[in-house]
Amino acid sequence: MAKVKESPWVLHYDGSSCNGCDIEVLASLTPVYDAERFGVVNTGDPLQADILLITGGINTQNLSVVKQLYDQMPRPKVVVAVGTCACTGGIFKECYNILGGADKAVPVDIYVPGCAARPQSIIDGIVQAVELFQKRSDEHDAAVAAAKSGTQAK
Amino acid sequence: MGKRSVVPFGPQHPVLPEPVHLDLVIEDEKIVEAVPSIGFVHRGLESLIAKKDYNEMVYVAERTCGICSFMHGMAYVESIESIMNVEVPDRAKFLRTIWAEMSRIHSHLLWLGLLADAFGYESLFYQCWRIRENVLDLIELSTGGRVIFSVNKVGGVIKDMDSDMLAHFLRELDKIEEEIREIQKTFLLDYSVETRLKGVGYLSKQQAHDLGCVGPFGRASGLPSDTRTRGYEAYPQIDFEPIVSEIGDSYARCECRILELYQSIDIIRQAIAKIPDGELSVQVKGNPDGEVFTRVEQPRGEAIYYVKGEGKANLNRLRIRTPTFANLPGLCETLKGADYADVPILILTIDPCISCTER
Repeated sequence: MAKVKESPWVLHYDGSSCNGCDIEVLASLTPVYDAERFGVVNTGDPLQADILLITGGINTQNLSVVKQLYDQMPRPKVVVAVGTCACTGGIFKECYNILGGADKAVPVDIYVPGCAARPQSIIDGIVQAVELFQKRSDEHDAAVAAAKSGTQAK
Repeated sequence: MGKRSVVPFGPQHPVLPEPVHLDLVIEDEKIVEAVPSIGFVHRGLESLIAKKDYNEMVYVAERTCGICSFMHGMAYVESIESIMNVEVPDRAKFLRTIWAEMSRIHSHLLWLGLLADAFGYESLFYQCWRIRENVLDLIELSTGGRVIFSVNKVGGVIKDMDSDMLAHFLRELDKIEEEIREIQKTFLLDYSVETRLKGVGYLSKQQAHDLGCVGPFGRASGLPSDTRTRGYEAYPQIDFEPIVSEIGDSYARCECRILELYQSIDIIRQAIAKIPDGELSVQVKGNPDGEVFTRVEQPRGEAIYYVKGEGKANLNRLRIRTPTFANLPGLCETLKGADYADVPILILTIDPCISCTER
């Protein structure tokens, strides 16, 4: 697990955003901004993802979808909320169908503000997520090693 | 005849940047029926009129969709202006036209990239998005925003472009046009691309008419519907013809959009040549009283705004009909009888924008 930092895989899900942040997430993965230079790969499969990017707020219909995607991801995992809507609900906060930000569904680690969030700040969020991910996977490794040595001692 | 089975497609799917769910009823590898279910992005923004006044609603209307954001804002302010009989200065009309066409160029380039990705041409996808960044740079230079640029207000626009910037636009557009010609070769002449697009997802002119298809999706089937010919903003002073193809397959839809890129560049050049000097906006007093239907041509087709005010700061009713909503029945028709492997391409050919559709 020591090398995960060099190639984190990102899963992107559009909550109920206006699409502005989604195209900026895609723009940050394509040339000019090119998050792939940090080894970031965009995947469509939650089972192979390390970082979950959520854009847009949570509504009554996608609540279960977001929870399911989060549950399917292997541990350790990091969640990044991209855009004002994913952080708090944003301009749509008062809408009848919006429950709030992404943290209404899953625990969010990193908040990237902006309407729409700029590619630079999205990449900054991903880089911070990668550091957090590395820390969590080191802790995970240590816990596994401790459990192993514990069983051998017996 | 094989056994029928139902394959769920979405809401989270690698080919879709946005969530839409389709239940595909398949027999062997052929699709018999496609049943869409939407609602994953529904926010209910039309109801915000009760909480925000008609000037603040400009920003909500712009956030109906991030890709055609400018045109949503434009349709909304145009509705309010026509209720209140506001005469917008000519310069503002031309600036709106320029920004609207810039949005169309960036939206079509985005779509071409996603299509290239769907048929497996990843470097072509990257090329399209690289060119799109140049368009976004121009938009950012003139408005300050990349995707949501909030330059509309009731009565005109907020920002101006000086002559240096307009000259810079012309220079950059020449480069962009050159680069589009390069990628056009691959989209329209490459053998592998032709095998993926030609004859796939045929929709006849009659079907397109009956199902109410709009935009490039309808025009590729021979429907000459282009709301810009209605003559809003500066379009009456600009010379252009809707791009129509009679073929009706995925290849025709791709070709239509590529030709529209050149058309948009041409419209911007004409607008820059004819732009008059003058004020950017007029002062608007009072509250809207009355109702109106406004139609504008977005990158995906015709959007309809219905606005009703009762002389109060808050509107009485706002209703938005977006192009993707009009194109969904057409999509379900093209999916019938298609191969399962062609589903991602067929979904992309209507250029779905789910967040507009569900508002």
